[in-house]
Amino acid sequence: MKRRTLLATTAALLALGTGAFAQSDDVTKVGFVYVGPVGDGGWTYEHDQARQAVEAEFGDAVETVFVESVPEGPDAERVMTQMALDGADLIFTTSFGYMDPTVNVAAKFPDVKFEHATGFKRADNLSTYSARFYEGRAVQGHIAGQLTESNIVGYIGSYPIPEVIRGINSAYLHAKEVNPDIEFKIVWAYTWFDPAKEAEAASVLIEQGADVILQHTDSTAPQAAAQAAGNVYTFGQASDMAEYGPMPRVSSIIDDWAPYYIARTQAVMDGTWESTDTWDGIGPGMVGIGEISDAVPAEVKASAEALRDSIAEGSYHPFTGPINKQDGSVWLAEGETADDGTLLGMNFYVEGLEGDIPE
Amino acid sequence: MPSQVWAWAAPLMAVALTMLLGGFLFAALGKNPVSVIRTIFWDPLFSEFAWFYRPQILIKGAPLVLIAIGLSFGFRAGVWNIGAEGQYIVGAICGAAVALALYPMDARWLIFPLMVVAGALGGWVWAMIPGVLRVRFGTNEILVSLMLVYVAEQLLSGMALGAMRNPDGMGFPGSRNLAQYPSAANLDLIAGTGMHWGVVFALIAVIFAYVTLSRHLFGFQVRLAGQAPRAARFAGVNPARMILLCMGISGALAGVAGLFEVAGPSGQISIDFNVGYGFTAIIVAFLGRLHPLGILAAGALMALTYIGGGIAQSQLGLPAAAISLLQGMLLFTLLAVDVLTNYRVRFGRREVA
Repeated sequence: MKRRTLLATTAALLALGTGAFAQSDDVTKVGFVYVGPVGDGGWTYEHDQARQAVEAEFGDAVETVFVESVPEGPDAERVMTQMALDGADLIFTTSFGYMDPTVNVAAKFPDVKFEHATGFKRADNLSTYSARFYEGRAVQGHIAGQLTESNIVGYIGSYPIPEVIRGINSAYLHAKEVNPDIEFKIVWAYTWFDPAKEAEAASVLIEQGADVILQHTDSTAPQAAAQAAGNVYTFGQASDMAEYGPMPRVSSIIDDWAPYYIARTQAVMDGTWESTDTWDGIGPGMVGIGEISDAVPAEVKASAEALRDSIAEGSYHPFTGPINKQDGSVWLAEGETADDGTLLGMNFYVEGLEGDIPE
Repeated sequence: MPSQVWAWAAPLMAVALTMLLGGFLFAALGKNPVSVIRTIFWDPLFSEFAWFYRPQILIKGAPLVLIAIGLSFGFRAGVWNIGAEGQYIVGAICGAAVALALYPMDARWLIFPLMVVAGALGGWVWAMIPGVLRVRFGTNEILVSLMLVYVAEQLLSGMALGAMRNPDGMGFPGSRNLAQYPSAANLDLIAGTGMHWGVVFALIAVIFAYVTLSRHLFGFQVRLAGQAPRAARFAGVNPARMILLCMGISGALAGVAGLFEVAGPSGQISIDFNVGYGFTAIIVAFLGRLHPLGILAAGALMALTYIGGGIAQSQLGLPAAAISLLQGMLLFTLLAVDVLTNYRVRFGRREVA
């Protein structure tokens, strides 16, 4: 590199620090970095719906940009930097694997606000946000435990990380509550989105006798596999997947990021944005429970809705003791509720679940 | 006799043709084709923020060139190593293992060179599996090396979730960030230039490959084995040795590419560490005519389309799939234009005597 360009680089980097690139006009520019394609029908689809909601809410006052299918690593760092250079005021990075790249880029652009989904590293201009999906899992488990005839519930896990393990535990506890004979069979797909692998996992579980399939992967392939098998119930994941209702899809967990994205964009416009850690559930509307279909008996539907409402108003916590860990040791005593720290790093099964968490 | 002129003109024409076809594609998507092409091929090099994008081309291109150079030996000799992606992963795992095992020891002079050796060794071992199976049992190295990619991916998941998981990571998958460990970090040698050790190694590999192929007996044997296997045997080329050497070179280079990536730009062993460099490098190798200098140019071009593609996505709202299509078109048009290298187009009817 020539000396002159080197100097130019240094000067430009200094300029970043002084906010020379901040947009002069009134339009607030919001960037989104997606891990999957916007048409995945699940995780990324819902983030993009929320992006469109931001555009609809503010009209010409905002401009949104996005890049889809960004690999987690140096590519993500480049895409974020590029958005910041192009004048973004606020950037949402929507996958756990973007954590370190977001931290690095946020350090270089102190005047740009960053929001990282599902991570735990924060800075003055870097917030984190996530949804309490385990609240929705509790409702799923409650329904699944009563629907199953074989007493075997199949569960398609994505990766054995706290987020997913929390969901398994929550679903299991609430299925067990209504059906003491319940058994969970868990298959790890090692992917967030791969229709072929997900369909295969669903078929394996159905062959093993599962007549309810829960999934923590984003495609509709398990729904299709259940439909082909007949008499197997499923739940939509991340988005409603209503096209598979009323059977096999009997309900769903819906990620609704729109209220959060709108609020945070508003905060940037007002100059009131602060670094926070948001972890919202059914109550604030970040987690939605999709319409429970008629394939579910009316009294089950009613009690599931009651459970949903009690979680929403905060009168019930899905992890309320007594709960033992898988090895029989006490985790929560009678009436005790789980603290967020333990939940965030959850790396153990609760008592009754079989098998080991893969390492 | 293939035309010498066309052998070099074909890639340039393929690029031009790709721009043209890509232009139609973008127009069909309702975008202004000229501004899209300019955003992809021009902006990363000469726009307002080129000072940021130019180093990114080095970062993105280095692993592609490094892997493609290794593959070119085998491809010339008729040894088809399709599993560079797996060798890249295993190289990264082995290199990172050295750093993580010695963490937090402060001895860059020892740790970093050791990591490079471990990375090369890891890739080499992974490539030796299909190599030895081919030599010993006559298995198909295309299939075995490809299948081993999936094995390597499972190994990577296992490492990210188990043995190499960051003890301070609150149970989340992924190793410690090596870029933040001074003894192991593969950072820019001059800040802001993108020039990390992987880039240096890639350039050395290009020179080394050029000299070997044009001046050394081994290079002659490689070319001979590919063009005339029978003649090669008469000339004393041992086919088994040739296969093992070619697999070994490509494996070791893919391994160090993985190591430089995990220690620098990527920083950590994570479940989705590999992003397809090993497969893209196959395109780069052929786009570069299996010639070291050609590969250097092709690697830079490919890196350019990745970076320009990212800019086009966010600035012009182009879907990611359109960029992948454009990259695929590059190889496709090259193969099509190759007709001109091997056949002369004649206009008019030939006179019958």
